[in-house]
Amino acid sequence: MRPERRAHALRWHDKTRATQMEFGLWQVWEAGWVTAILRGASITILVGLVSMAAGLVIGIVCGLIKWARIFPLSLLVDAYTSLVRGVPELLIIYLLFFSSVEFVTKVVTAFGYAGVAESGYAFVIAVIAIGAISGAYSTEVVRGALGAIPNGHIEAARALGLSGGRIFRRIIAPQMLRIAVPGINNVWQTTIKDTALVSVVGLQELMRISFIGANSTRHPFIFYLIAAVVYLAITLVSQAGFDGIERLLRVRTRK
Amino acid sequence: MMDLIQLAVPVLLKGLWVTAALTFVSVLIGFNLGLGLALMRLSSNRFLSGFAKYYSNVFRGTPLLVQIFLFYYGLGQLSSIKDNAALWWLISDGARCAVLALALNTAAYTSEILRGGLMSVPVGLVEAAQACGMSRMLRFRRIEFPLAIRQALPAYGNELILVVKGTSLASTITVLEITGYAKRLMSQTFAIFEIFAIAGVLYLVINLLLIAIIRAIERFLMRHEASSGRDLAAPQPNRSTVGS
Repeated sequence: MRPERRAHALRWHDKTRATQMEFGLWQVWEAGWVTAILRGASITILVGLVSMAAGLVIGIVCGLIKWARIFPLSLLVDAYTSLVRGVPELLIIYLLFFSSVEFVTKVVTAFGYAGVAESGYAFVIAVIAIGAISGAYSTEVVRGALGAIPNGHIEAARALGLSGGRIFRRIIAPQMLRIAVPGINNVWQTTIKDTALVSVVGLQELMRISFIGANSTRHPFIFYLIAAVVYLAITLVSQAGFDGIERLLRVRTRK
Repeated sequence: MMDLIQLAVPVLLKGLWVTAALTFVSVLIGFNLGLGLALMRLSSNRFLSGFAKYYSNVFRGTPLLVQIFLFYYGLGQLSSIKDNAALWWLISDGARCAVLALALNTAAYTSEILRGGLMSVPVGLVEAAQACGMSRMLRFRRIEFPLAIRQALPAYGNELILVVKGTSLASTITVLEITGYAKRLMSQTFAIFEIFAIAGVLYLVINLLLIAIIRAIERFLMRHEASSGRDLAAPQPNRSTVGS
């Protein structure tokens, strides 16, 4: 290689190295942050799935109460959904965290598990908070889906002499689930994004890991960018999954 | 109890103004950006519609918290931004940065809502306007936009509430609004439920106010239906009102 050419190549090499250093790509790779981020992402997904399951149970129960207008309970459900949907998620998380932290530390230290219970505790708080939030949104989705079932179907089933439980199992539930799929998809997307907020109580999920990585390497840009990409991947994959479910259900309705 | 209220309410009211200001500026910027993005998405130019599509997918597919942190902590690290005085002015301050992230975020959601509204405008009406010789601008202003906004308003009301709730994340980047003050008061006074209740009521008041404004605009836009004798108060299946 001619000397000037070589000098140029060297300069170019230095430059890419310098940009790598500036963005912190090297540090991300070197110190094992990749595995930490993946572990964080799996906790994010776990929190999302457990909260979503809890939220769906809440949603179906409260949705039925709201739909059937069971009198004193429906007032409670109304208060619950309008409160949770009107107040910021962060405030709800702070409420649950600060109100329980003292009590739990007392209980835990009394039993002598001070260190062990720490991460499990954050997980429980996260699931309660995110589950309650996703439950409120699921309630509205379920209520809407129940309302979309033609009344004639239920009347016809009643005319055939089906019992109440059977009407629910055979007529209401299958239709309700099918109609609710797009709404459930929306709730799931919101839920998985809301899990980022529980990083404020110290659960080591994707956002918290990125925060720690950003602070300890002093390269916030690359860490938050990676976090954004991982969240985007999660939402895109689940969107594709829900599209598949919707297609499956559409085939079965033979429209 | 009275002491607590005397202590907490003035502080949280101070936060209320910050929350309101953050919401107002973000919505103002976000609505216009969202309208632009919706138009880009519907344009026949593949580059423009592709950009709008990816923009909305990226901003709707990542948590707002990540976006706020990426703007506030991430961009501040880049030397090209530090050297640019205007960008640095925007990024260096928590409140400005929160407005930036919130506006870009709500623009993505707004563009989807407005796109739905614009797509619901009957083609025949646009063709009729074309046949009358209306220019593109006039057509948009007089025919498409009013019909689209009427269709999109209930969904946009929900989005406004999401923006109000989103402003609470500004507290994570040193901006003291309702949630920021509430967190501080919670750790100072240990009256967790009381502080939560007061802060929650403030948020609910903002949201109820927004719902009332949206309903008033809706009623104004739907005044032709009222004059034709239809009952406005009766809920219509496809036009679910905000927040109910």
